[in-house]
Amino acid sequence: MNSHTEKIGARRQRIRADHTRIRLILFLSLVIALLLAAVFAEWICPYDPNGQDLSIALQPPSPDHPFGTDRYGRDMLSRVIVGGQTSIFSALILVGIIAVGGTLLGLLCGYFGGALDAVIMRVSDICLAFPGLVFAMAVAAVLQGGIQNAVIALAAVSWPKYARLARSQTLTVKNLTYIQAAKLSGTSSLGILFRHILPNIAGPVLVTAMLDIGTMMMEIAALSFLGLGAQPPTAEWGSMMSSGRSMLQTYPWVVLTPGLGIFASVVLFNLLGDTVRDYLDPRNGQRKRRRTK
Amino acid sequence: MKKYVIRRLLLLIPILLGITFLSFALMRIAGSDAVLQQSEVSGVALSPEVIAARRAELGLDQPFLAQYFRWLGGFLTGDLGTSYISGSDVFSVFVSKLPATLLLTVLSMGLTVVISLPLGILAAVRQNRFTDYLIRVCSFIGSSLPNFFVALVLMYLLAIYIPVFPVISEGLSLRSAALPALTLAIAMSAKYMRQIRAAVLEELGKDYVTGARARGVPFSVILRKYVLRSCLSAILTLMALSLGSLLGGTAIVESIFMWDGVGKLAVDAINMRDYPVIQAYVVWMAVIYVAVNLITDLCYRALDPRVRLGGEKA
Repeated sequence: MNSHTEKIGARRQRIRADHTRIRLILFLSLVIALLLAAVFAEWICPYDPNGQDLSIALQPPSPDHPFGTDRYGRDMLSRVIVGGQTSIFSALILVGIIAVGGTLLGLLCGYFGGALDAVIMRVSDICLAFPGLVFAMAVAAVLQGGIQNAVIALAAVSWPKYARLARSQTLTVKNLTYIQAAKLSGTSSLGILFRHILPNIAGPVLVTAMLDIGTMMMEIAALSFLGLGAQPPTAEWGSMMSSGRSMLQTYPWVVLTPGLGIFASVVLFNLLGDTVRDYLDPRNGQRKRRRTK
Repeated sequence: MKKYVIRRLLLLIPILLGITFLSFALMRIAGSDAVLQQSEVSGVALSPEVIAARRAELGLDQPFLAQYFRWLGGFLTGDLGTSYISGSDVFSVFVSKLPATLLLTVLSMGLTVVISLPLGILAAVRQNRFTDYLIRVCSFIGSSLPNFFVALVLMYLLAIYIPVFPVISEGLSLRSAALPALTLAIAMSAKYMRQIRAAVLEELGKDYVTGARARGVPFSVILRKYVLRSCLSAILTLMALSLGSLLGGTAIVESIFMWDGVGKLAVDAINMRDYPVIQAYVVWMAVIYVAVNLITDLCYRALDPRVRLGGEKA
């Protein structure tokens, strides 16, 4: 490679880094807007989400009710907005729990090894072997319905991903010389774990967690759809779709508009996740561009 | 080689013991059991005597460990017990649901490969051009759609709006399987396309490709004979993962389309606390897990000489 192509490569890299930064700011502000909308859902929605008016039941989308109304004459748009509150925050709490819990377990397993490691990894093997949703259903059935229990059930089956990730990262980091240096200078195990190892493995965990928000949102909605999550009359996207299911043929908007809510927010969180990954990945700019014919 | 296979199959024993015990315990913590659940569903208030009698009949009054070992004893002699709810033999019920799940698995897997392999390669070859962007956007959208939403939209479009396929399954037929298989294939293809694109791109960036091109080997030959072959192990890993969960039955899709497979059986059994059926399902999953992993490993060895030479991976 001569100096000329190197210069071009460097410039391209800078341009791409700029692009990533712009995308990061854009998607981050959109996600923040979404979160604010969810927090202030009750103030934003045009009608009372639980206000029934049977005289306007099952109306197709119109300027007054852009998403139509359901069988009790409740405004679908308002219900979708308020439903987002439940769906989005439960997904965020869920990802928070499994990312922190799984990472801690993985750190301990990777650093100390031994019996603890063997047991936790076998348990995580079993969790990973099962179709997550079926397993979560079993747990949710044990705990009885309710959105908190759906979150607990999904947390119980989804933490292994983080434990594995943190464990493998810890294993690679723990034998590096700077860790040995820290040990020699008498740093305690806890100090090494949290001051030296954790910051080094936080990047991949953060990216996984960001990309997981969308997935978890879909899984919570799926549990609710099966009747094991949010219970009516709580507005939640999955359970709204489930309760309208029989009306798909005649009043499709009752079923499909909450789906749009899920779709839009999952897309947003995934876009943000992708961008955060690009932003944190140092290889991103340098990837060799293959010359095509 | 033979020893390796046998050792892997022996692994089934601790997994089976662990997982069946776990599921047994989980269902027991529930506090409710088949008898209570049944009376709740049927709406008949049973007297405590009747409930106690039913429990004694099913062995539910015995201590937890005794129940587990009784089940284990039956399992070892090839008896999976009878369903608490329907009273029929669990093994035959389970086997009767398998063809539906197998058909759905094969169909959706086939569809996925047919959709994602050419598109993934195309996206990699046309990197950063319009085709690539289009394919990536489609894959992004596909992976952001929940399964049940896709199922309902497909149902609305292809069964209600333009009635091509039946809304709910009419027994085991290709026509009924089409919509559930397509639903599953959409989500999986979205994931596969990304991975295949990334795997092909990585291979294309390697020196041997540049070398072969410099020597004038036609691009299509490089792609077909070398690049694709090296990417196969990445694709296999993906397929193994989805194969496991497909064979376990896809609870949501099966229940939306009323597809009478293993997943729906498991969901119903969980809701009714039908322990013997749940246990049979759990055994099935453990067997699939070990089998799929073993077959994947064997395929790696067959496909990739590096694995064979490098010895066994931990």
